[in-house]
Amino acid sequence: MNLLTILDKLSDDKFFSSESSRLESLSHLTGLGKSAALAAIPLGLSSFMASSASAAETSSFGAAPATALTDALQLALTLEYLEDEYYRMGIAKAGLIQTADRTVFMQISKHETAHVAYLKAAITAAGTTPVSKPTFDFTGGKGSGNGPFQPFTDYQTFMILAQAFEDTGVRAYKGQAGNVASSPAVLQVALQIHSVEARHASQVRRMRMQKGWIEGNNGGNMPAATNATYAGEEKTIQAGYETATLFGAAAGSASFDETITGDQAVAIASLFIV
Amino acid sequence: MDRTIHVSNKGATLDTNRRNFLKLGGAGLVVAGLTMAGCRQDNYQPIEDPIFDLGKGDVGILNFAYALEQLEADFYTKVVNNFYAGISIAEKQLFTDIYNHEVIHRDFFKAAITAAGATPTPKLEFKYDGVDFSSRNSILATAKALEDTGVAAYNGAGKYIKNLAYLVIAGQIVSVEARHASAIRNAINPGSMDFAGDDVINVTTGLDVAKEPKEIIAAAGPFYKTPFTWKEQGIG
Repeated sequence: MNLLTILDKLSDDKFFSSESSRLESLSHLTGLGKSAALAAIPLGLSSFMASSASAAETSSFGAAPATALTDALQLALTLEYLEDEYYRMGIAKAGLIQTADRTVFMQISKHETAHVAYLKAAITAAGTTPVSKPTFDFTGGKGSGNGPFQPFTDYQTFMILAQAFEDTGVRAYKGQAGNVASSPAVLQVALQIHSVEARHASQVRRMRMQKGWIEGNNGGNMPAATNATYAGEEKTIQAGYETATLFGAAAGSASFDETITGDQAVAIASLFIV
Repeated sequence: MDRTIHVSNKGATLDTNRRNFLKLGGAGLVVAGLTMAGCRQDNYQPIEDPIFDLGKGDVGILNFAYALEQLEADFYTKVVNNFYAGISIAEKQLFTDIYNHEVIHRDFFKAAITAAGATPTPKLEFKYDGVDFSSRNSILATAKALEDTGVAAYNGAGKYIKNLAYLVIAGQIVSVEARHASAIRNAINPGSMDFAGDDVINVTTGLDVAKEPKEIIAAAGPFYKTPFTWKEQGIG
């Protein structure tokens, strides 16, 4: 299974059309918790699986495709692989992370590792094979190890990419909301990961002497190469309401984070995938 | 002339004989309001305000969010109007930013509910028993509780939203609440793991807290002076 092919299918097209499958999933939810395969799964996870499985079952009857849901999870897994490997490498590199910051990066790394394991188990339980971990080149050199970024020898660059990955993750999870909404349980889990990424993003931004929130489309002393992560964050009209009226555009834009589509998330992640 | 009298249901002394008067007690809202309308001092005619119900379906969720954002906005308004003594420039900026965001969220929901053709929750009144607005520790602790509660509330309520446009809006706001929570937590314990601490992020799953609306109302209830119900979620 080609990762990029799967990822390319992701878009917001299904966003406003999944209502019926959502309701069907709800009605399927109760009957599926009893299957033998699910019985072995820890409690919190099993409700997650049950609804994933229900979505898969729905698709076999020709209703809205459950692949939208599993594809969204595969995208999430890919982004978590990226973050997990990135922090592991950074922590393993002697002398890179200054002592005062190690506690923070260890905590972030711990969460990303947990997210990888959780998503892999969830995708497997939904009857789909999780995508394999891609080969990453965090220099952006496509395997040459000699791209434009040197995050493991330059700490400022390490923090810049960490911020970009976290802010991208926040946008990407949000962008998949419509694709996972067919399963209330999966939606909730996605939200529970999403807010963790936002806590991380806020912290890394502060460590770079930036605010924890994004004002305008300014990442905060970030290189132009990260512009795609912040493009569109300057939006101030939300559902017809002008958020800039009360306190100006900076506060207005910061009060709402923005989504990115699956395609946009893939484009950003692909810079670091060999 | 209208007068509003707020009566705690713990040791309430007004004898009203009205069944509905303290109906919210079991749901965690510990205070009920009573309006004494249009009467002379010596001749009160207790008339209940009809207790507002948040509503059904997505309107209920929007009103729930509006009620929470009203609380946050009200709290930070008090903070920025009377900063605790000796506050640093950085923390002034921090609280001012958060105040701005929460007021925007509050007004956004009022506009969104109105635009949906529904009735927004009335302007709610709040109380802050035990909060010392002159104390940095007290303000930060309260802010932490409010932001973490906001995150858990949106995380738990998302699955009840039917209109995907509203779901995305909720997502757009909850990540900002999480950014706030992280900032407040770091202000309390800088450089520690607390920005996303093990008390809120499950160490095995890496998941943040999600709470059902009923749990949220129970937890935030002590802040609400104005009563409301949300019958669809079993509240009130």
